[in-house]
Amino acid sequence: MTTAIYVPKDSAARSVGADAVARAIADAAEARGESVTIVRNGSRGMFWLEPLVEVETDAGRIAYGPVTAADVASLFDGGFLVGGSHALALGPTEEIPYLKNQERLTFARVGVIDPFDLSAYEAHGGLAGLRAALAMDGASVCETVLKSGLRGRGGAGFPAGIKWKTVHDQPSGQKYVCCNADEGDSGTFADRMIMEGDPFALIEGMTIAGLAVGAEDGYVYIRSEYPDAIAAMVEAAAVLERAGWLGSNVGGSGRTFRLHVRRGAGAYICGEESSMLESLEGKRGTVRAKPPIPAIHGLFGKPTVVNNVLTLATVPVVLAKGADHYKNFGMGRSRGTQPFQLAGNIKRGGLVEKAFGVTLRQLVEEFGGGTATGRPFRAAQVGGPLGAYVNDAMLDLETDYEAMAAANAMLGHGGIVVFDDSVDMAAMARFAFEFCEIESCGKCTPCRIGAVRGKETVEKIQRGENVAANLELVSDLCDTMRDGSLCAMGGLTPMPVLSAMRLFPEDFESQPLMAAE
Amino acid sequence: MNEAASAPMGAGADAQAICARHGNDPAALLEIFHDIQESAGFVDEAVLPTVASALNLSRAEVFGVLSFYHDYRRTPAGPVVVKVCRAEACQSMGALGLIEAVCDRRGIALGGTSEDGVTVEPVYCLGNCALAPVAMVNGKLIGRADAGRLDTAVREARS
Repeated sequence: MTTAIYVPKDSAARSVGADAVARAIADAAEARGESVTIVRNGSRGMFWLEPLVEVETDAGRIAYGPVTAADVASLFDGGFLVGGSHALALGPTEEIPYLKNQERLTFARVGVIDPFDLSAYEAHGGLAGLRAALAMDGASVCETVLKSGLRGRGGAGFPAGIKWKTVHDQPSGQKYVCCNADEGDSGTFADRMIMEGDPFALIEGMTIAGLAVGAEDGYVYIRSEYPDAIAAMVEAAAVLERAGWLGSNVGGSGRTFRLHVRRGAGAYICGEESSMLESLEGKRGTVRAKPPIPAIHGLFGKPTVVNNVLTLATVPVVLAKGADHYKNFGMGRSRGTQPFQLAGNIKRGGLVEKAFGVTLRQLVEEFGGGTATGRPFRAAQVGGPLGAYVNDAMLDLETDYEAMAAANAMLGHGGIVVFDDSVDMAAMARFAFEFCEIESCGKCTPCRIGAVRGKETVEKIQRGENVAANLELVSDLCDTMRDGSLCAMGGLTPMPVLSAMRLFPEDFESQPLMAAE
Repeated sequence: MNEAASAPMGAGADAQAICARHGNDPAALLEIFHDIQESAGFVDEAVLPTVASALNLSRAEVFGVLSFYHDYRRTPAGPVVVKVCRAEACQSMGALGLIEAVCDRRGIALGGTSEDGVTVEPVYCLGNCALAPVAMVNGKLIGRADAGRLDTAVREARS
């Protein structure tokens, strides 16, 4: 009898030695005459336990981690092939509280199956959504997505169903589906985990979108910093093509949907949808003025659905289980679940998919276990580099688009970056401007010039020059950037800056005076 | 072809072949530059007229694209490229100190290339933010990076 052993192929797991562990297990099994099959799955998203090795036993999958190649001999000695005890044993994977307390809809299969095994994908509910969509007309699919309450997970939270219906209602023959996989926000990795761990789900979602709106070509724009995700998407598309789920006869329906994988070239701004479309057309990634919106005038001037990876990867489960099933999760107008990403200075960093409404404190403290350094928590940046910083008192905020906005914060793409008490918030405000300076596309003045002047002014504050006047100047500049920028890059850079100034004034005001004064 | 590839004329012929492989499609310009860079190590500005003419674009347009994206190099890098993330999540775990240490060891400023051919560059997020600080050495992702682990990775990249 052969034993299945799961060793993640996720690039985060590989970044801490998963490949060496897989090799060591294969070598040890051969030397000991044990018959094992090593399955390279995605990651379960418990990164502090990576490389997390799982063994399939009669009692289910038993986890061990974090495993190094040097631990492998003792794991075999301890009988890990039958779930034997060991210092690294974590018990049944599904019973680990971090996983057990989640509500995984989008991430249901990530870390569970071999990402390129189509039969495993189907056995775990894959293709059910696409089959359901093939039996419906386009308008009904758009209606189902609208009813589910699914909102764009890229950050803006726009209802996906409305976007789809707009594209559906355009008369043009040529339409496109574009998946934005330019996940450049620091503190986020959910898109990458989907592409590496369950790429079929994303392609299935894109195919459903194509069928719904009448688009036969789909583009997925993946940042070049994600070579493993690019390779995984190319491989997964080839598997689906061979199986007849992509191409000119999707699932034997006679309908067409082709997938094109495109890589970016290291520009954060290309995560902004209109810049991404320019980039897909082979141009500089400068933003377009809106209107017209991409749903009417998108890629190559044609009606285009632009959605984030998480939005599209969630569509199959919405179609498979129905709009109501999905809608029953969440709070207020934030329906369903959000894959949160706990990052930075956090003890248990990883992926936590929960219904909207879970508080930041539950995420940071109960799931995350506080800071990695063990020092007191000071701040968290929620929603990427353009998101607000929050302090301890704000951790009781519920994760809901509207509740966050009312508190001058935002959910963004669901990333939460934790900082301990050693952080200098004036330095972080300066960095927000610097990042905007580096990544601005340069098209509009408030962003292009504002970022540079903002950085210089914060530096003056840091040096103790005319602090009160310069703080006012920064605040004034932030108003101009927020109101006058063409897109969220310049428009939201004020978020981290102003929140840092509001919540942590001591870091701006107690700077030492210049020696000359 | 090898001796030709090092001369500007050969690079031009190479660029022409790469453009043709992408159907001389102007929408494929990013992929074309990626391919040129993968084959030559950088994108020599001498190939721009060839690319512009193959895609029926102006030289200004192709230069505009080349200069917009951070990935493209117009001069060669060292044989080993160390990219260290300096975005927020990595900063929260000491990325700035790590960058300083990595540069100090090689006597270079960030963005420079050491005498023994190691280029150290900043990068803004590699999508591994729960295992910060993060670096990439010749395409290999390294989580929980420290100066020692990066030295090892540089040695491995050389061998």
